[in-house]
Amino acid sequence: MIKDILNGIFKDKFAVIALLVLCFIYFCLFFAEFIAPYSMNYTDRELSYVPPSPIFLIDENGKFSRPYTYNYKRTYDADLMQTVFKLDRSKKYYIKFLSRGEEYLYLGFIPMDRHLITVENSGRLYLLGGDINGRDVFSRLLFGGRISMTIGFLALFVLFPIGLLYGGISGYFGGVTDMIMMRFAEAVMSIPSFYLLIILAAILPSNMTSTQRLTLIVVILALIGWAGFARVVRGMVLSIKNQDFVKSAKMAGASDLRIIIKEVLPQTASYVIVAMTLSVPGYILSESGLSFLGLGIQQPDASWGNMLKEAQEYINILYRPWLLTPGFLIFIAVLSFNLIGDTIRDILDPKSRIR
Amino acid sequence: MQILFYISKRVLQTIPLLILVSMISFFIIRLSPVDPLAELKLNPSISKETLKLEQQRMGLDKPLPIQYLLWAKSFIKGDLGVTTTGEKVSVKLAERIPNTLLLTIVVIFLTWSVGVPLGVLAAVKWKTPFDRFLTVITSIGMAIPSFFFAILMLIFAVKSGWFPVGGLTSYNYDEMNFIQKFFDIAHHLFLPVTVLFTLSLAGLQRQMRANLLDVLDSDYVKFARAKGLSENKVIFKHALRNAVNPMITLLGFEFSSLLSGAALTEFVFQYPGLGRLILEAVLKSDINLVMASLMIGAIMLVLGNLIADILLILTDPRIRAKA
Repeated sequence: MIKDILNGIFKDKFAVIALLVLCFIYFCLFFAEFIAPYSMNYTDRELSYVPPSPIFLIDENGKFSRPYTYNYKRTYDADLMQTVFKLDRSKKYYIKFLSRGEEYLYLGFIPMDRHLITVENSGRLYLLGGDINGRDVFSRLLFGGRISMTIGFLALFVLFPIGLLYGGISGYFGGVTDMIMMRFAEAVMSIPSFYLLIILAAILPSNMTSTQRLTLIVVILALIGWAGFARVVRGMVLSIKNQDFVKSAKMAGASDLRIIIKEVLPQTASYVIVAMTLSVPGYILSESGLSFLGLGIQQPDASWGNMLKEAQEYINILYRPWLLTPGFLIFIAVLSFNLIGDTIRDILDPKSRIR
Repeated sequence: MQILFYISKRVLQTIPLLILVSMISFFIIRLSPVDPLAELKLNPSISKETLKLEQQRMGLDKPLPIQYLLWAKSFIKGDLGVTTTGEKVSVKLAERIPNTLLLTIVVIFLTWSVGVPLGVLAAVKWKTPFDRFLTVITSIGMAIPSFFFAILMLIFAVKSGWFPVGGLTSYNYDEMNFIQKFFDIAHHLFLPVTVLFTLSLAGLQRQMRANLLDVLDSDYVKFARAKGLSENKVIFKHALRNAVNPMITLLGFEFSSLLSGAALTEFVFQYPGLGRLILEAVLKSDINLVMASLMIGAIMLVLGNLIADILLILTDPRIRAKA
């Protein structure tokens, strides 16, 4: 079946492009420490809201040169009553590739100090400008993406076992058990999901470490989706449980739980795969929305959602458009997931194969 | 008569559902470590009597199930307590609910009147460049985070100066006559409606397209074609009627996702709706307000589903046979 899915994806132009885009994004996120010129929390207070560093390939004499950049100098314009950044053209800083820079622990334990791109000492290379604390937006995008792009999968690993087991038990036993369990699931579904999400996130105590918080956000995201998923699984189990192989397993004396897990639930695999691919983008969107409101991932940790939080201010979105880049990345990632999900659904849905 | 029986049965079913919903929401909120009266106690303009009244009303010295019963009793009576600023929760809600309803109903009306025809068109012109084009557009519509799209619209509004940013009415709303009032609200609604419309249009159009394609594949449509009916007659008289039915179920779901999507959009546009109210309440840990607006949101959602189901009972005889 996995072979079918892969074949189908490779036949679809859009899906292939989407897959390549996602691979590229995950590749960059995996090597974030190496690709990013700075670490996640590197700050230069002088460079709060600095515009992106320009890169020059042609020098002042009109000749090609190694790529170089100028530093920005912060001045206060008394007439405009605001700080302005001007390029300080007195000193060139050449951009260096694969050279030594800030030291870091790759993936948290391998000490390294090489960076894909850096700039000469005392030069600053902020490819996508700086944020309010003078941190490099480009570097934070890479580190923040790690959280934003994995949180969906993490939530799935919590949600699917719960949903499968809940739906499986409810459908398999039927009767009163089924009725009580399904009424409960329906009640959970009747609470507007985003309202529930923000309330659950808001009751988290504020003195947690960032790892604890991340874990709990994952659990909360999973709590939102399980009911709908469990209901569909239950519907499928209802039709599966009367088939012969289930009866024979019963006759052989297998326990109920064993039958549910080993015999019944594997039959729902194709639906589960589709549901999984289709729900990942939803979780990416939920996390970004939550962090955007300040209820999800907290500073100083980065996620695409909480980076967009700065876009809540008019001044920022009008004069500092580089702060909006996380939004475009969310859009591209979600679009790619959706395209792949649609293709997989078409492959696994026999009805749509006719079309 | 029979129809009435099914409808009343369906209406009665919502009552235990709502009770269960209220229990779940109540216990979730009580799980929080926040003292429900903490903010109230800190507010110097709240008198000792109000505080005592609240404590009694919520039964904070009693066990949790009793607290729930007390809460349920006062909820049914319409007494929802006071907010941390000392206003009545019910007054605050009465202000906001119509605004959210207005927003969602306008959006649902627009998405249906545009999404259904577009879905039909895409299904009829299946696998033509037009269909492909619509698929690409809807994919894009589904992938933009609602708040990000809202921010982009906000930039557009500020730069062009064509639309007011924030609120529902202008400052001189009270001096306007009826027609001016209407246009003022429409002017303010334009941006939030555009955002929510774009987001929900995609799902609706795709569903309609898929439904119609399913129906067009069925035997009775093939028969109608074989009979020599014109393509228009086949689609509009035979296929469309059956394809629209499943859409009605979707109406309930749409209502729910709109309520959720609206919360973020309302937040960005500073729209005075229920979503923003609950958000502010959560941020201020205003327990009374959170609880009440969560319940109202759930009631709106359940009612939305109820209306969809009743419509379905009225339009689809097969449902009646099953029920």
